[in-house]
Order: sequence, then structure tokens, then C-alpha cells
Amino acid sequence: MKFTDVTVRFGSFTAVDSVSLEVPRGGIVGLVGESGSGKSSLAKAVSGLVRYSGQITGASRVQMVFQDPYASLDPRMKVGESVAEGLLELPRAARPDEVTRLLGLVSLPADLASRYPRELSGGMRQRVAIARALGARPDLLVADEITSALDVSVQGSVLNLIRSLRDTLGLSILFISHNLAVVRYVCDTVAVMHRGRIVEHGPTEDVVGRPAHDYTRTLLEAVPRLQR
Amino acid sequence: MPRTPAAVVSAVLVTLMVVLAIIGPPIWGETAEKIDAGAILQGASAAHPLGTDNLGRDLLARVLVAGRYSLALALAATLIGAVIGIVLGALPSVLPRRGARLVTGTVNALVAFPGLLLAMFTAVVSGMGARGAVLGIGVAIAPSFARLTQTLAASVAGADYVLAARMLGVPRRRVLGRHVLPNIAEPLILNLAQALGGALLGLAGMSFLGLGVQPPDFDWGRLLFDGFARIYVTPEVAIGPAVAVALAGIGFNLLGDTLAKRAARTAVPARKEELAAPEPSGAPDPRAVLEVRDLTVTFPGGVTPVRHLSLTVRPGEIVGIVGESGSGKSLTAAAIGGLVPYPGTVTHAALRLDGREVAELSQKELGTSLAMVFQDPMASLNPALRVGGQLAEVAIVHQGATRAEAARRAVDRLGHVHLPEPAKQAKRHPHELSGGMRQRAVIAMGLMGTPKLIIADEPTTALDVTVQRQILKLLREVVDESGAAALFISHDIAVVGELCDRVVVMYAGRVVEELPVSALAKGAAHPYTKALVDSLPDMETDRSLPLASIPGTQPAPALVGAGCAFAGRCALATDRCSTSLPPVTEYGIAHTVACWEVS
Ligand code: SF4
Repeated sequence: MKFTDVTVRFGSFTAVDSVSLEVPRGGIVGLVGESGSGKSSLAKAVSGLVRYSGQITGASRVQMVFQDPYASLDPRMKVGESVAEGLLELPRAARPDEVTRLLGLVSLPADLASRYPRELSGGMRQRVAIARALGARPDLLVADEITSALDVSVQGSVLNLIRSLRDTLGLSILFISHNLAVVRYVCDTVAVMHRGRIVEHGPTEDVVGRPAHDYTRTLLEAVPRLQR
Repeated sequence: MPRTPAAVVSAVLVTLMVVLAIIGPPIWGETAEKIDAGAILQGASAAHPLGTDNLGRDLLARVLVAGRYSLALALAATLIGAVIGIVLGALPSVLPRRGARLVTGTVNALVAFPGLLLAMFTAVVSGMGARGAVLGIGVAIAPSFARLTQTLAASVAGADYVLAARMLGVPRRRVLGRHVLPNIAEPLILNLAQALGGALLGLAGMSFLGLGVQPPDFDWGRLLFDGFARIYVTPEVAIGPAVAVALAGIGFNLLGDTLAKRAARTAVPARKEELAAPEPSGAPDPRAVLEVRDLTVTFPGGVTPVRHLSLTVRPGEIVGIVGESGSGKSLTAAAIGGLVPYPGTVTHAALRLDGREVAELSQKELGTSLAMVFQDPMASLNPALRVGGQLAEVAIVHQGATRAEAARRAVDRLGHVHLPEPAKQAKRHPHELSGGMRQRAVIAMGLMGTPKLIIADEPTTALDVTVQRQILKLLREVVDESGAAALFISHDIAVVGELCDRVVVMYAGRVVEELPVSALAKGAAHPYTKALVDSLPDMETDRSLPLASIPGTQPAPALVGAGCAFAGRCALATDRCSTSLPPVTEYGIAHTVACWEVS
């Protein structure tokens, strides 16, 4: 999947300023930046939720997982129904089995299908949202701050899941986060966004270990660390 | 289920009306139609409590019989209004952009149009009589239903789950049927009950104007119309139908209100846990700025989000309270600041600020010795006032400073928290500042007095990391300079580890471990603290290994059992853990742990 000169404008404000970026098949590309950097607007452009100019090629089936798992599942739908939403092309009779398979992919038991979201923890809801997105067989998954509304104690399991999905399904992922430590853990390459532009993009270890751009350096220095 | 007077009144009235509609005609139907030439146009008498009409028919019987017809007409009108309204309101969600705009515009115009005129117009056009009146009232009700549906639908349409469905390629009609309508059904149905009351009054009005029910049929409005001509001679003949209309109208309106209120209330598990007030504890600790002993916060129904919490903060020290959502950390801060929301109750053996019970401090003393900083700086700033003025107010109210003095001090304090060009910022309104600058202004506000303690509840959570770094630095600076102490509440163990001197770890309302920050990364003893530290990815985490995480979830405050609340998720748990509470024990220097398996 490739962006070429993607620009997103809201009125006279340019949120994304001719950004070019590539997500290789089976790769996880991290997009970090602070609020207002344009990373979420870029995500919305890829997902077709906002208008943009420029070209996005090679990703015809994009799915997105949202930040807040409490808002992204319809409270009045059972988990199974929510997951089945992406399966409209399948014959009705085949859907329950597919829901079970999808829940299995995100390590959730099949009997969860008959529960309502309110009975689930934040981590489980986020898995359901991922399962629902996988049902549409995406060629690109956009994960927009998917762990920032979760508690640290469950964040790890969702991040592990993202990595294992890439390994087992060869899924391409655009992983957006403000948290550099999380991005570093999950992504193969990292793009740093600042004021609508990508100021640095490279293999994770390079960007984190030998940052080339001043802004990346500032960002890295600001990451809070436990003295181990 | 709590019963309010309104709920009782509405239940009684509505039941009465329904019963009347069922039994009215069979019981009094004959009397109501019986013509008595000898008793024409009488006033009230023993035989005819409400008098008789121009054919000598008993009016009380007629009022009782008319109930069914009046209610049926009102119901029909309401349903017509609701159906037209909901369809109009939902159309914009499925129509293409242009059509949607047209429908919205029409609805807006109709809402602005007087309802009664709309009803009369429709009734006249579609022919006088019951049918015209019902249609008229239905049409008059429709615009407000359409508007309500539109507003509700628009709020649901922006929800993440609708975006997700759109991305999955779910067609718009299906999105409307599966996501939007079910999620707005509840308020719509509640509105229906109220509309029914309105329709009843509206129909009576139409009949009263002679546009409604025509003889020989009769409803309450018609009876009122007939009686009104005689109101100066025998007022009682008009009073009967008037009272009936009013009671029914009030009944359905109140029912709508009651249902709406009930729907808004969330159910609380009914479990009562008796809380003995803790014994007052002994003499104050002379070396503590903040001393909390046995603090408990309870909500009705036995929900106890903070349980027997004790902690001490010394001068110049920053103590961090760390925990996940639902651990009770923020409520602890609120309890110390006296900000626990109603209907929460706070009990404690001691809550002392600088050696004195907080309850005994005057508002003024509390205002200058305690500074609070919240996640959202706008919680502390008035959006309508200039920043400088708000700060100055503190000095004027609490310290009796003059206006000029206070203003000078405000600018000085703003400079102190490193706001560039403080004199200029003081003249600005809060919305003109960035999030980080606002948070600085709030801290400056706390520094207008001489705070002994600064309570900061997730002050950097909404900020970018680079700004967070600056605010943390500022907090440390302020504490070092003023000798004040700080209580820093955060979900982020790394931030706490960076800023604080001592860390208090909370889980399910209790303190499970208290330790010096130097021990946090490697020397933590409680299984929960250890797991929390392990599950935090940082810049050195080994990327080839899976990240640690804790299985299960923290129990909700109402579900915390007798033993260790962590037992369900703990790898070391034994039988004892789930039945009896591990006591807080000394583990090392300034280090305490509450766990059976740590010694
Ligand atoms: S008391 Fe038991 S359950 Fe609780 S933390 Fe210690 S070992 Fe685990």
C-alpha cells in the first residue's frame, strides 16, 4: 500500500501536507506524532472517512480499529452480531462458524458471541473490534491509538495480538500511536509526523536509536521512563 | 425502585383513564344516550351531578363515556404524528446529500410554524369532523418528532460503531435499521407518552373550536364546547369535561417524564454493607503535611470504591498514587480535597492538613493551603473570564489583597510557571491558551496562596509527551521552591516513577504496596505491582519477546470480596487469599506490602 502526496485540508487548515508513505505487505508501519500532527487525519483519509487529494494505492479493503472500545461497539448488539457485520457477503448459514473462527483469531471463546459489550472488559472489547475488522478480510488494518484507552495491564495482550496477527495472517498494519514505547515494540518501521508532514521515516531501531531529526530527538527525550 | 410523587400521580391517573376507556361505554353508555325531555339544560342536582344537556342527557355519564373516544382519537393522532415524524427525521440518514438537506430544511420550517395553525389548516383542508381533527393534530405533532429523531439520529450517526459499520460496507438502510433506530428508540418511546398528553389537549381544543368531533358523536372537547355556551348560568356543565381533559393530559405528561427519568437512572446493585465509623486516631504526626488514616468512600448500595486507606505525605515530598481505572485513586484525591460527588459519603479516622483536621479549617484556610490540579484545566478555569482576573480573585477573596496588588501578583505567578509574556497571557481568555499553557495557569492559580499541599490528579494525561515533560518539571520545581508537598495521581507508572519520591499502589480501592520510587522497577514486592511494571513497554523492552500482561480484570467496587481483591488474577494466590484480607506489613525501609505470599 502506498500513499503519494496525500493532503487533507479542513477549510483553510492543512492537516496533512503532501505525505508519501509505504506500508509493505505483512509489515507494521508505526505513525507517531503529537496532537495536531495530522496522524489521525491521515488515518481517516486512508480509511475513506475524510476527503483528501493525492493518491492512495494498493489498499482496496481497508479496515480501522478505533481508539475507544467503549464507543466502537453498538451497545445494543450482541458481540456475535457486531462481528457478523463484516460478513454480509457470506451466506447467512455460514456466518456463525465464521464468527467463531474470527473470535478464535483474537483468542476469545466462541460463547462470547451471545454476550453484550457491556459485559466485557476494555481489552476484550478491543479484541472484538479487531475480530470484526478481520471479518472483512482487509488488506490494510489501520489501528488508531488502539491501546490508549486501555489499562496497562491489558495493553500488552492487545499488542501481542497485533504482532501475532501480522505473523500468522500476513496482515499489513498502519499502527498509529502517540506512545513511542508502544510503537517501538510493535512496528517494523516508524514514521514521525510533525505539523502535517513526515519528518523522519526508517526502521524502528534506527529511528529510536539514532534519530536523525531534531523533533524525533525531542520526542524521544520526553518519553517517561522507569529507572530500571 | 424509588417512587416520586409525580410517578405515583401519573400511574394513578393513567390507570384511571385506561380503566375508564374500557368500562365507560358498557356501563354508562345507555344513560349517556337517554333523552329526557323533562330535564333539559339543567344544572347540577342529585340525579344529575353535572347537569344535563339540551336533550336532557346526563352529562356525568356522557363525560365518563366520552373517555374511550377521546383517548382513542388522541392515540391515533399521536401515532400518525410519530410515524410521519420518525420517517421524516430518519430520511436524511439514508437520502443522498441534497435530498437530506431538503428534508432537514422542510422540517426546520415546519418546527417554526405554530402547531395549532398547522392543525387547523390540515383539519379544514381534509374536512371537518373527527378524521380531520386527528389528522390535523397528527400533522402538528410530526415536526417536533422529526426534529427529535433527526437530532438523536445525528448523534448516533457520529458514533464510532456507525463509522465501523460504514467501513465494513454495511448499506445505509441497514445501518439505520440496525444501529440508529434501536439506539434512539428509547427516548422516542418516552416522548410518545408526552405527545399523547399533548394530543389529548390539542384534540379537545379542536373540538372546542368546532373543528373536531361533530354530533351525534362526542368527545371531551365536544362536551366542553357544548357546555361552554352555558358557563355563566351553570358552570358545572363545562367543568366536568374540562377536568377530565386536564387530568388525562397531566397524567400522560407526567408518565412521559417519569419514564424518561427512570431510563436515565442506572441500576445500582442493592447490597448493604454496614460501615462502622472508624475510631478517631491518636495525636497528629508532627512531620506530616498530609495525614490520612482509614479513609473510606462509600456510595449507596454498598459500593465502596476506597477502603480503609491511609497515607502520609511529608514536606517537600511528592507522593504518587498509581493504579488502573477503577482502583479508587481519583476518588481518594477527591475525598482529601472534599470533592466527593453526591451521594458519596466519606469516613476517616483522621484527615489532617499540616497537623489540623481538614473539617476544622475555614474555607479560606483550605483555599490558600491546598491547591488542586485536574486532568482538564478547564475544570478549574472559568471560560468567560480572563486568566489574570481569575488568578487575582484568589488573592482578593482569600488574602484580602487590593485589586492592583492581586493583579500584580497574578502576573508574577504566571511568569513563575514559565508562561511566556505573562502580562499578555493574563489578559487572555482560557480558550486562547494551549492545553499545556492552561495547565500552567492552573498551577499558577494554586501558587497565588501559599500551598502546603498540591494535589494533582492526572494533570498531564491529556497532554502531549513533550508538554507533559515540561509540566512534570514545573511541578518538581514548584515543590522544591515552596517546600510544599504534592500528591500526584496517575495511571502511568512510568510518569510516577519519573516524578515522585514515594509511590502508593492502589488496587480495587485499597493500598496494596507503598514503596520508595527507587525500588519500583526492581524491588517491588506485591505481585500486582510487579506485574504492572512488567507489562509496561519502554524504550528498552526486548522486542523479540511477547509483552507481559495480567489476565482477567480488576473487580468493580461492588464486587470486591472478603479476601485479596487481586486473587482472581494472581499467579501466587492460595485458598487463604480469597477468604481473608492480607494485612499491611513492613517489607523494608519505608516499604509496606499487603500480600500473604510476601514475607
Ligand atoms: S495476597 Fe494472595 S492473591 Fe493477593 S497478591 Fe498476595 S498472593 Fe496474590
